[in-house]
Amino acid sequence: MMPSMTSAVKSPIRYLERRAIHAILLLLGASLLSFLFSSLAPGSFFDEMKLNPQISPETVAALRSQYGLDQPLPVRYVRWVKSVLRGEWGYSFAYNQPVRSLLMVRARNTLLLTTLALALAWLIAVPIGVWIASRRGRWDDQLASASTSLLLSVPELVLALGLLYLVIRTHALPVGGMVSTGFDRLGSWEQVRDLAAHLIVPVTTLVLASLPILIRHVRASMIEVLQAPFIQAARGHGISRSRLLFCYALPAAANPLISLFGLSVAGLLSGSLLVEVIAGWPGLGPLLLEACFSRDIYVVIGVVMASTMFMILGSLLADVMLVVADPRVRTDHA
Amino acid sequence: MSTPNSMPSTCASALLRVRGLTVNYDARNQQPVPALRQVDLEIAPGEIVGILGESGSGKSTLALSILGLLPESAQVEGSIFLEGENLSSMAESRWAAIRGARIAMIFQEPGLSLSPVMRAGDQIGEVIRAHRNGSSKQRKQEVQSALKDAGIADVERIYRAYPHQLSGGELHRVAIAQALVCRPALVIADEPTRSLDVTMQSEIQNALLDINRKYGSALLFITHNPALLAGFADRVLVMYAGRIVEAGPVAQMYRGPLHPYTRGLLQLVPEPVMHSGHISGFARRERLAAIPGSLTRFDPLGRGCAFEPRCSARTANCQIESPEEIAPEPDRRVSCFNYGN
Amino acid sequence: MGTEAGATRALQPALMRARGLGKRYVQRTPFSQQSFAIEALVNVDFEIAPGCLTALVGESGSGKSTLASCLAMIGKPDSGEIWFEGNEISHWSKRKLAPLRPKIQLVFQDSAGALDPRFSAAQIIEEPLEIQRRESRQTLRARARELMEEVGLSPDWANRSPLQLSGGQRQRLAIARAIALKPSLLILDESLSGLDLSTQAQILNLLLDLKAARSLTVLLISHDLSLVGQVADFVAVMHQGRIVESASTRQVFGSAQHPQTCKLLASVRVLEAAFQTARAGGRG
Repeated sequence: MMPSMTSAVKSPIRYLERRAIHAILLLLGASLLSFLFSSLAPGSFFDEMKLNPQISPETVAALRSQYGLDQPLPVRYVRWVKSVLRGEWGYSFAYNQPVRSLLMVRARNTLLLTTLALALAWLIAVPIGVWIASRRGRWDDQLASASTSLLLSVPELVLALGLLYLVIRTHALPVGGMVSTGFDRLGSWEQVRDLAAHLIVPVTTLVLASLPILIRHVRASMIEVLQAPFIQAARGHGISRSRLLFCYALPAAANPLISLFGLSVAGLLSGSLLVEVIAGWPGLGPLLLEACFSRDIYVVIGVVMASTMFMILGSLLADVMLVVADPRVRTDHA
Repeated sequence: MSTPNSMPSTCASALLRVRGLTVNYDARNQQPVPALRQVDLEIAPGEIVGILGESGSGKSTLALSILGLLPESAQVEGSIFLEGENLSSMAESRWAAIRGARIAMIFQEPGLSLSPVMRAGDQIGEVIRAHRNGSSKQRKQEVQSALKDAGIADVERIYRAYPHQLSGGELHRVAIAQALVCRPALVIADEPTRSLDVTMQSEIQNALLDINRKYGSALLFITHNPALLAGFADRVLVMYAGRIVEAGPVAQMYRGPLHPYTRGLLQLVPEPVMHSGHISGFARRERLAAIPGSLTRFDPLGRGCAFEPRCSARTANCQIESPEEIAPEPDRRVSCFNYGN
Repeated sequence: MGTEAGATRALQPALMRARGLGKRYVQRTPFSQQSFAIEALVNVDFEIAPGCLTALVGESGSGKSTLASCLAMIGKPDSGEIWFEGNEISHWSKRKLAPLRPKIQLVFQDSAGALDPRFSAAQIIEEPLEIQRRESRQTLRARARELMEEVGLSPDWANRSPLQLSGGQRQRLAIARAIALKPSLLILDESLSGLDLSTQAQILNLLLDLKAARSLTVLLISHDLSLVGQVADFVAVMHQGRIVESASTRQVFGSAQHPQTCKLLASVRVLEAAFQTARAGGRG
């Protein structure tokens, strides 16, 4: 007995509605918490000025009042929510502009870096993982396992610094920032080259940092599937080796990998903080760091909210991909 | 087909000929574990041969050997000829052309032998794809006709279904369709009814009989239950501890089993009490006539008959010497000093 | 229900009795708002006579396992009553049921799945003993070895993992664990399916021995009538969640009424009658 397929078609919309409601609730919760915590942290943006003997305490107090920092917490929160609804997402004291425009630029830069790194890492990890899983125990598998262990044990910080050092010593690539000075004067092809040259160090660091884990997961998942009876049965029907690996084993091994992919997407905004700071990439990382130190609280909250949104997106993407990829999740049982 | 590797055959029409097949599995840091010892076997085209044996008798190893699916660590001696072609020392690429196309296997537990993320029809189509070129439309038609041959009525639904959406019986039929789709000369069925209800067992066997009649595929049916071979197989080979201990036509063997093990197996089949042609009960037993003991790991260096510890007809000689194969009648073979007693 | 069997059984109070049991499962796909219900048990009346071997036979999906889990107090029925030792237990809380659990033990079909591969054979048998009583290590180990011998496992295998045992040996181990707490009722849910004929015969003999030695009541669930027909005192046939026939073995076989019973009988695989003649001896 099979349920009608029409009900299954109508309900993805209901499903998305439910997820959207969950997402809004989650965002509200995240905003409340981050508001609370950042307000609990001692000090405010204008404390630096207090140390300056040339600025009178009255001026400081007036500035604080002007920016509404002397209001009680609930009032500030409501004002912030109104600002979000207006599309400003609060105000940055340091940059003197609404948080949103600041965030958009920086987020774009970060996403450029991380999506490239994500795509490269997965494109490299999957074939390698599949290959060494099929060669389990042999020399290439052992070599790969040793290499990934080594890579895994090197902290991201060290990787970034190491690459930076290499690049500086060899003058091979421009260092720091997203583009060189005089970018605007370059032709469009040169602009692309310049951007690419600046991307190399941070992207390579991110890829190298995430490769070991990805390869291991692909390998582990594939090994488990390769031991399943249906693989030997398919082999017994004369299916070729490459088809066995990529059309039989890999799709069946995909579930944990899809969840992992969802996590990767969830971390697109937040995973590159360290690398950005070291490579001088003008993304959300350095912005967040600065804002934390200078108590530019609305920027901090804005970054947290943006990361939360990506996390929700990543998890939703993983769930949808799982349904598309695995028929066992999608359909019912006999 | 005459190749340099072909063996001059006395019976030129043999489809499959196995001679002296000996398989040992490599166990790390230990003695190799023997799985098959000097197995000789012949299957004529279109013949239905039954292999009868318990778990551990080596019957699955025999099936895997014929398809070249043994693990690399297995040590194989002896020869296997398919229509005169020597399979024993073949390259893997050549094997891929034979598997599924000239010899096909129906594995135990079809629920586990099918990919969970591929539709049933696509999986059957993959077998065609691996051996023949053709359009996907052509393939679909062939798959649908194979499903019909396997006894499926609702072809469209089964074609599009995933394995987890199918019942046990349907899965078995999909496995059968997969095996017959390239019209192999030999189909090996490894305990195809083990996980099924008794009501389904007959249906599956009938489906196999249909294929045998319709396409002339020979059938090698492996089972532990002698009752399944009655009225089904032409010949039966009884295996114990990696050896064939008795072989012969099924009717003759069941009427007069020669080897004590065969006799023991036959006594395990429940004896019905008949009443005007119907079963009205089963002989009640205080104890069932079980063969004592169990198939233990046999010592490869051990002399003597492997069945001796459990044998009711054993004599002093049985522990010392291993019985040679005798042919007390044409068509029948047995390895026992005290056969028929 | 068969009248003469019913009369005989009525002489002795039933060990366990179910009345009007009902249970349904609701299945729902992840996205669909629709769900459909499966009636696993429909108005089931069932009795288990003490000291006898009762067989519950039916095809896959007929509800045998659901009934077994309700009787073993693992699943709760949606409706109906279950009587055990004079008490109606279908609505008892977990705490109230706890002292009863040792008395009803269940052995599953998949022995490999039911036994934890990380433990040794002896530890598996000791586990229920440890939970129910407080005895010393040595005593527990000695009891485990005794039980292993009783079920036909060599005590030398006390330290083997279940994975190192054959299917038949694993079922023996599962039975040893089940009888460790001296149950009054042993339920075997398709525990013989998937075993070789020779192993099935040995395990059935073991059950008959245990039944006699320990005055055990056995409920044997199977899809194979020929298997149970040799040893069962009473047979109940299930079909689509209902008990369609329930009587002594002789009656069920001799005067089978329900078409489902006839279907099961007809599918029994036996050697043809012509072959029976030579079974008693060697060659004719």
